[in-house]
Amino acid sequence: MTQMNLVQAINSGLRDALQEDDNVLVMGEDVGRLGGVFRVTQGLQEEFGADRVLDTPLSETGILGTAIGMALHGLRPVSEIQFADFIYPGFDQLVSEAAKYRYRTAGEFHVPMVVRTPYGGGIRGGQYHSQSPEALFIHTAGLKVVCPSNPYDAKGLLLEAIRDEDPVLFLEPKRVYRAVKMDVPDTPYTVPLGEAKVVRPGEQVTCVAWGAMLYEAFTAAEEVAKQGIDVEVIDLRTLWPLNIDAIVSSVEKTGRVVIVHEAPRTCGFGSELVALITERAFLNLEAPPVRVTGWDTPFPLTHEREYLPLAHRIAPALLDTARY
Amino acid sequence: MHVIRDDGSLDPTRDPGLSIDEVVALYKAMVRTRIVDDRLEKIQRQGRIAFHVGSLGEEAAIIGAAGALRDRDWIVPCYREVGALLWRGYPLQQYVDHMYGNADDPLLGRQMPDHTFSRAHRYLSVSAPIGTQIPHAVGVAMAAKKRGLDECVGVFFGDGATSSNDFHAAMNFAGVYQAPVLFLCRNNGYAISLPAEQQTATRTMAEKAAAYRVPAARVDGNDVLAVWRAVRDGVQRAADGGGPTFIELMTYRLGGHSTSDDPRIYRSEEETDSWRKADPMLRLRKHIEQRGVWNDDLDGDWRAVCDGEVKECVRRAEEKPAPALVEMFTDVYEEQPWHLREQQAQCIDGPRATAEEDES
Repeated sequence: MTQMNLVQAINSGLRDALQEDDNVLVMGEDVGRLGGVFRVTQGLQEEFGADRVLDTPLSETGILGTAIGMALHGLRPVSEIQFADFIYPGFDQLVSEAAKYRYRTAGEFHVPMVVRTPYGGGIRGGQYHSQSPEALFIHTAGLKVVCPSNPYDAKGLLLEAIRDEDPVLFLEPKRVYRAVKMDVPDTPYTVPLGEAKVVRPGEQVTCVAWGAMLYEAFTAAEEVAKQGIDVEVIDLRTLWPLNIDAIVSSVEKTGRVVIVHEAPRTCGFGSELVALITERAFLNLEAPPVRVTGWDTPFPLTHEREYLPLAHRIAPALLDTARY
Repeated sequence: MHVIRDDGSLDPTRDPGLSIDEVVALYKAMVRTRIVDDRLEKIQRQGRIAFHVGSLGEEAAIIGAAGALRDRDWIVPCYREVGALLWRGYPLQQYVDHMYGNADDPLLGRQMPDHTFSRAHRYLSVSAPIGTQIPHAVGVAMAAKKRGLDECVGVFFGDGATSSNDFHAAMNFAGVYQAPVLFLCRNNGYAISLPAEQQTATRTMAEKAAAYRVPAARVDGNDVLAVWRAVRDGVQRAADGGGPTFIELMTYRLGGHSTSDDPRIYRSEEETDSWRKADPMLRLRKHIEQRGVWNDDLDGDWRAVCDGEVKECVRRAEEKPAPALVEMFTDVYEEQPWHLREQQAQCIDGPRATAEEDES
């Protein structure tokens, strides 16, 4: 066990994966000599060589397209897209190619690859270093989408994603890259995909969050607890395939739900969650499901703390929902 | 580069030195591909299949390249190269079943016709968006190189694909990583309606390779031996650790872009007629006749064999039922998640759509 932050835990996971399987390789812009712009891949090229930790040319299409080819040949590439905001030039490769290869070859070929990318705001990154594009990929049949909130889950989910036979988009909450430290095993272990976790049990309102906003949901829950409102906070961990049962059983208990995400509200993942909850727990609901989200604008710089669904916006939503 | 002269003789300075049996095999494969094309086009016109994208006039470029690649090399197709897959021994029945989307379609009716693949034949999957397969080919080549395997990759694409971002990304990666890949650009004159001259300001497609420091050749794509030689030279370069090669195969699409196209709207009959005289089959046939191994009788017999074979495949394909409805829901992921299990049950237990009206 070592005290690690998210960056160190992901680095440790990549090191374990490179050690345990010769077919694993890490590739992306600046991931080698520099160790990545966030230093997530620091030291890996030194340890494993430039043919296993590849500094690639600056092309997301090239990174994702060649990674697909490598995966088709039997390698297990872990690519980094430097910021989730830069993933769109490679969108076609992820959505039309990686996600569809198994289906369109009836399982004869498949693409076991992981795409790591830092997402989200709160780092003064403005429009192009702050986005949360998860809904686009959840909407894509054939992709899995993972978003850890803490170092232990990050390493375990990453190792599970690398062993998974389907393409996985691994969203890293860069706002909390270095904010949290916890004990993380130095040896390999996995956290299964598709399992949410109740991080704060409660009886009156369910609050669903993931990634960096989990901490805001938790803070807001603690705040309203002082006013006698008992909130259950669920960390989704894997966004798709979704652990729907965990959410529904919580809502069956509380009858009230608040969903928090950074991405814009309209057609955000919260919309799907509200629909699923309404379909499955309609008769348990005591209040309308509420979404606390980013606004339907491009991501701003100066007012990013008013754009993000931070605790100051979550707490009133929890109170209103509890008292509805 | 040409090898077969107009009179059917070979240029001895460029002759790749194939045995006469090998040359006849290439010719027979070209004829078979064309007969399959003709039959599929006819049955599409009769409304019996939805669509076909053929290779009329481009058989030498496709079969010549496939012939020069070794069995262990990978083929990454665009969508007009089923001739290469058949050359590798893919069962014709399986292809025709795919064209019908029936229960024996390896794709289980999930794709339009002509979206073939085969792991056994080292032939990746056809994807309709243009150019997306080119970086895959480079990735396969990078993987083979990393694993120390003597394998290279031939990736087909058309003149239009040289405008796609995937093409440029792939060329750049291939140059940087010295990937053992052959970029096989079938310049057939048109990207649907857009002439190659309007696709790019460069004089040739091959000169684009210089920007990525990829060696390039430009050959007569209607001369099967010229294609064979250029591709085999590229295979040799790749096998020797010399990295990628770009080959522009100059040819002409004698047919429409697909059965959904009407080329009369954008090009003249005179132009197409002039290219009919350069049909790759004519020169090659002249050559093997000169060598004394082919004649009208043999030609007629072979055509009859091919025609009989494809008709029989069509007959069988039409007798087969549709794939099971449940197959619409499998292979999205390795294991079926809850939401697909649920939707599968909703679909299967739900109401059935009425059949489309029979247009034939």
